[in-house]
Amino acid sequence: MSDHRYFPHTPEDVSDMLKACGAVSLDDLYSDVPEDLRLRNPYALPAEMSEKELRDYFDKLGDKNRRMVCFAGGGYYDHYTPAVVDAILSRSEFLTAYTPYQPEISQGTLQYIFEYQSMMCALTGMEISNASMYDGATATAEAMIMAVNSARKKRRVLVSATLNPAVAEVISTYARYHNVAVEVIPEHEGVTDRAEFEAMMGAGDIAGVIVGYPNYYGIVEPYDGWADVCHASKALFIMNCQASTLGVLRAPASLGADIVCGDAQSLGMPLNYGGPYLGYMCTTKALMRKLPGRIVGATTDRNGQRVFVLTLQAREQHIRREKATSNICSNQGLMALHTAVYLSLVGAKGLKEINDLGYGGLRYLADGLTATGRMHLKYPERPFINEALFVVDDPLTTDMVLKATAAEGILAGVKVDENEILVAVTEMQTKADMDRYVSIIKNIEL
Amino acid sequence: MNRRLYDKLIFEHSRPGRSGYSLPRNDFDRHVGELPESCRRQEPPALPEVDEPTVVRHYTNSSTNNFGVDTGFYPLGSCTMKYNPKINDALAASRSIAALHPFQPAETVQGALEIYWELQRALSEIGGMAEFTLNPFAGAHGELTGLLVIKAYHLSRQDAGRDTVLVPDSAHGTNPASAAVAGFKVVEVKSLADGTVDVDDLRSKLNDSVAAMMMTNPNTVGMFEKNIPAIAKLVHEAGGLMYYDGANLNPMLGIARPGDMGFDVMHINLHKTFSTPHGGGGPGAGPVGVRKGLEPFLPNPRVVKKDDGTFDVAFDNTSLGRISGWLGNFTIYIRALAYILSLGSENLAKVGPLATLNANYVLNRLKDLYLLPIPGPCKHEFVFDGLKDKSTGVSTLNVAKRLLDFGFHAPTIYFPLLFHESLMIEPTETESRETLDSFIEAMRRIAEEAAKTPDVVKEAPHDTPVSHPDDTEAALHPITSWQDLCAAQK
Repeated sequence: MSDHRYFPHTPEDVSDMLKACGAVSLDDLYSDVPEDLRLRNPYALPAEMSEKELRDYFDKLGDKNRRMVCFAGGGYYDHYTPAVVDAILSRSEFLTAYTPYQPEISQGTLQYIFEYQSMMCALTGMEISNASMYDGATATAEAMIMAVNSARKKRRVLVSATLNPAVAEVISTYARYHNVAVEVIPEHEGVTDRAEFEAMMGAGDIAGVIVGYPNYYGIVEPYDGWADVCHASKALFIMNCQASTLGVLRAPASLGADIVCGDAQSLGMPLNYGGPYLGYMCTTKALMRKLPGRIVGATTDRNGQRVFVLTLQAREQHIRREKATSNICSNQGLMALHTAVYLSLVGAKGLKEINDLGYGGLRYLADGLTATGRMHLKYPERPFINEALFVVDDPLTTDMVLKATAAEGILAGVKVDENEILVAVTEMQTKADMDRYVSIIKNIEL
Repeated sequence: MNRRLYDKLIFEHSRPGRSGYSLPRNDFDRHVGELPESCRRQEPPALPEVDEPTVVRHYTNSSTNNFGVDTGFYPLGSCTMKYNPKINDALAASRSIAALHPFQPAETVQGALEIYWELQRALSEIGGMAEFTLNPFAGAHGELTGLLVIKAYHLSRQDAGRDTVLVPDSAHGTNPASAAVAGFKVVEVKSLADGTVDVDDLRSKLNDSVAAMMMTNPNTVGMFEKNIPAIAKLVHEAGGLMYYDGANLNPMLGIARPGDMGFDVMHINLHKTFSTPHGGGGPGAGPVGVRKGLEPFLPNPRVVKKDDGTFDVAFDNTSLGRISGWLGNFTIYIRALAYILSLGSENLAKVGPLATLNANYVLNRLKDLYLLPIPGPCKHEFVFDGLKDKSTGVSTLNVAKRLLDFGFHAPTIYFPLLFHESLMIEPTETESRETLDSFIEAMRRIAEEAAKTPDVVKEAPHDTPVSHPDDTEAALHPITSWQDLCAAQK
């Protein structure tokens, strides 16, 4: 039948097995598929490639990409991935396992999810984490749905204008088709306008409020008291946080957040042109049963030893079908392992050092860029951490900055508009890279 | 798996002062400590403090408590646990992709965009669709996306009253759940005794409120829905669209294409049919395909090929909107494309028949001992309604747990909901006859034990490092973190 290396069947196997089925040909097994539905021609796809040819093919495609020194952020950051993480993730006991429905032979997966949940609780200060969502944007959209479902009849949600726009767009998509009205709290000098927020809450029919921390411009907004305003109107306070910065920033739980969610990509996940990353989601014990996705809990087995199982499954689609808290099934399991291994290696001390490198580097770069007289910080007085919004001064434009730096292999940042660019720094860019960036800007011919 | 459980948590290896990282020297003058005190953490987060060798040994030991496709046979129905080729992982680990930021200019990521484009074209060919988006992160996310395409389509025609999605009672749980997340009402369509859709019941539920009918074909009992042309015609006449849940696409490779069956929108689980690893529950990918005319509604961003042959990332006004931060789980696409190219057109067409052969072989060798409510031939999977001999008191759960003792993963159990003791078996095409024979032998021995020494089966598993976890206690008093564990110990 086949000599392809992925198929174990010899011709003898096929004929013996067919005999056991009372069939003569493989086609007999498809007698119920009407003739006129059958595939008439072979797939219009290339012929089989050997491994060597496959490597050549992908090498060639790889050559069409350009690796750059990355000062771009906008929600995704260029951090270092320790070699240990890749080594552990490639263990096929983890990589090739299914969702841990059989706890007796899945303690490896269940245990790392439990560790992951614990670490996310430590970072956010929250009481419970789920096993992961797809990405930060979908996690935040699911948080919005969770707020609406918790509030029953209220179908309005407020989103800060300083939230990452890609996240806001995904929230809008989920909201539009879920019959939820999303309103934007305006921005005032780089931060969410508090007076507007309080005025908008006045109507009293808001199910949830979603803000960014740090916000899209890298600014650490002061959210003291916001949760109280939300809770007075029985609205949930939802904070979308960049995971790595939580190593040094005030924990969202201490600001009264009900749901903390976002992308954990900044915890050393390779950029990989967009994924896989990991959406995380944490909440309070009070809202535990409204949480979407899988949750791992500790219990004991017949022999009294501590073991881990999937728990609180009555929330999930395979049990509750259309009444489930979400439709999520497969999530980003292996990336939860990435997070657990990464945070085990790096720890609180490493996270602090990583944030110091980003902060110190960004301040150094900002000084250099400002000295050129061609770019400057838009909100120099606001506290920002490892990303900041720069104004590109006329007649220089953002496109000119991106083009001139790209020619030297530098990705200068994320374009916000013709005269604004977001610039991020991590432990990956060297002082020499920053000096080069500054010198390119200085030397652009106008 | 008969060994003592390695049950330490990484937190239990923690000692103050240890660490497992290395970072470039910091020669900047300024640091986070300058931020206002109100912005900063006062206490460091309670993460473990562990050295590198301990981290490696901990996770390596922990991995040996796990069972993967590389460990052994995984006959999990509707999950298509086929072999995950190693070359795919090697290619996905490419450094030239790892460093690419999603917001890099298109001219610097032409290779990545070409991978996306080529996979999208290959899936369109295999699905019989006009175009695919790869953005959805998983099967259920694909279902949601596909249903939003359908919603956007109806709205574009000012046909706003279509608020209902029809779902067969045998459907995967994600189908009704996705319909609910997309803001639809769900109406169930009954199955006939042979597990296929009851066309009369369907007819009675069709009206101008129906937006779509969601189906998988073959369905979850492994039967081909042979009335599919009639079903599609009825749904289309009522103004609805046909949605194909691609979870069961594997047996159709080389046989028939959902587009030719009359489906308008479909998703594919790359982590099933296209061999990408399940990763213990993701990352997967749930690309969505649409027939001609529905392309404008696909989610943003899109990968497009320009007239000069180069690729670009585009945002479209007619799109249903954005459903992901960027273009989805990118490294999964490398694996899926590598799989398609490894097999090539000719071998890809053998996947379906060989998967179906394996399923029928197991079915025929076990049907004398296990109750087969729907006679074969099946497609890629089939469902037993427990043991044939109902006098033993041995349940499907007992059989599943006893299989663990014999070194096999359990089948899917208690799904579909059509039968009380559903035991759903899907062997996939990458299992050898010898593996299937040893599985059959174990299943036969369990049936024999059920008759002679039923307690041995009822008390199973005996040979796993963990036995009979207390699920009730776990749900009653949830302990979901190290912090909870410490509090409980006090």
